[in-house]
Amino acid sequence: MTTYSLISVILYLILSPVIACLFSGVDRIVTARMQGRRGPKLLQPFYDIMKLFSKENTSVNEIQKILVMAHCFFAVFSGAIFFAGEDILLVLFALTMAEVFLILAAYSVNAAYSEIGAQRELLQMMAYEPMTLLTAVGFYLSVGSFKVGDIIRSDVPLIVKMPGFFLGFCFILVIKFRKSPFDLATSHHAHQEVIKGLTGDLAGPAYGFSELAELYEEILMLGMAGLFFISSDKISIIWAACAVVILLFCMSLVDNIFPRVKWESLLKSSWIVTLFAGGANLVILSLVR
Amino acid sequence: MRISKSPWLLHYDGSSCNGCDIEVLATTAPRFDIERFGIINTGNPRHADIFLCTGGVNSQNQDVVRQIYDQMPDPKVVLACGICACDGGIFKDCYNILGGTDTVIPVDVYVPGCAVRPEALIDGVVKALKILDEKNEKMKRGEYRSLTSSEYAAKINGDVKEAGDSEGEEKTDA
Ligand code: SF4
Repeated sequence: MTTYSLISVILYLILSPVIACLFSGVDRIVTARMQGRRGPKLLQPFYDIMKLFSKENTSVNEIQKILVMAHCFFAVFSGAIFFAGEDILLVLFALTMAEVFLILAAYSVNAAYSEIGAQRELLQMMAYEPMTLLTAVGFYLSVGSFKVGDIIRSDVPLIVKMPGFFLGFCFILVIKFRKSPFDLATSHHAHQEVIKGLTGDLAGPAYGFSELAELYEEILMLGMAGLFFISSDKISIIWAACAVVILLFCMSLVDNIFPRVKWESLLKSSWIVTLFAGGANLVILSLVR
Repeated sequence: MRISKSPWLLHYDGSSCNGCDIEVLATTAPRFDIERFGIINTGNPRHADIFLCTGGVNSQNQDVVRQIYDQMPDPKVVLACGICACDGGIFKDCYNILGGTDTVIPVDVYVPGCAVRPEALIDGVVKALKILDEKNEKMKRGEYRSLTSSEYAAKINGDVKEAGDSEGEEKTDA
């Protein structure tokens, strides 16, 4: 590990929650304005998380707490590998681990809504995992390495070679960010039919940890989206940042426009996009190479 | 940070005529936009800080009210919204009605009105927030823990409940 990657990991660990909270604060205000409301304060997500940590530490069983902590740990860990410039496959596997722990936590409480949430989360994983793995393969075909450190040193921004992959990745980003129409397992809004589903039985600090993990995860996913725009040219960082901001705005828009879909449509649509956008791009990339 | 900056509320409709519920929903809808105060209407007792109860308690829903209350982590406040939730209201003499919310769980703020108006509701929530902050401060010092519903039942069955008995109880006259 070079000093450069060490610094970026430390920055990631410290700044991620701050940046993700700000993004989420802006998102909530933008959403409110789209609905003709004033919306909460910019720092509202901070207040929410701080509040959760100051609440009473109740949990249905002991194992639930441990599983949520493991979820948080692996979410942070996968991001740390990414920002250290290491293998992107390792990042994705660690991220899957994190998801699995959250699902186990939901199953452990033996409650109806949590269970439905956990089942739906599994379906969501089935929907997005193929595309995330395909994206990693795409990076490998374009630069000949799975290492994030090498990917950011490509001569041209990879979006040029991988537009299909990017499209597919944006699609699954909506699932990952738990935005409507794909917020089946749990949602940022409470008024869904399974209440909070997956996270429904986490209370106080345990819920705080799952929220914190989500913030780290969001930054990781945005980082991966940024990878498509970064090249050896330093200016490309600005392009990547702009792309991420536009992406976030589009997700707010999509969130407000589309109602929640059923799980069949989730699977069908995400696999179709994976196959046609990702798959076609993969074929072209391997032929041209 | 004060806990009142992020109060999440839970609405439960007891034995009401639904008049109050419509007002509660109006309050949480875009026109009054309570999200600007950081309030989220969560449907989940485990995430809620404020329990907003409308309608009276009857022999069938009393366990539901108790369970919701017991599932909420401390600190928490309970708002009885509308006359029915305050003391049973127009349904008071019905054969199945036990009374207001405070027959099964401790209530912190009583918001009168039939139906309760959104303005009164917001006023009640603001009062509840002060109590929430006080409870949080006390909880941090280890001086406070709210009664569970069974402890509360023992308390009101043991000695006859006097007005202003439960700690931090406050009446609004909005
Ligand atoms: S207080 Fe009036 S409006 Fe509210 S539930 Fe009772 S009868 Fe209905």
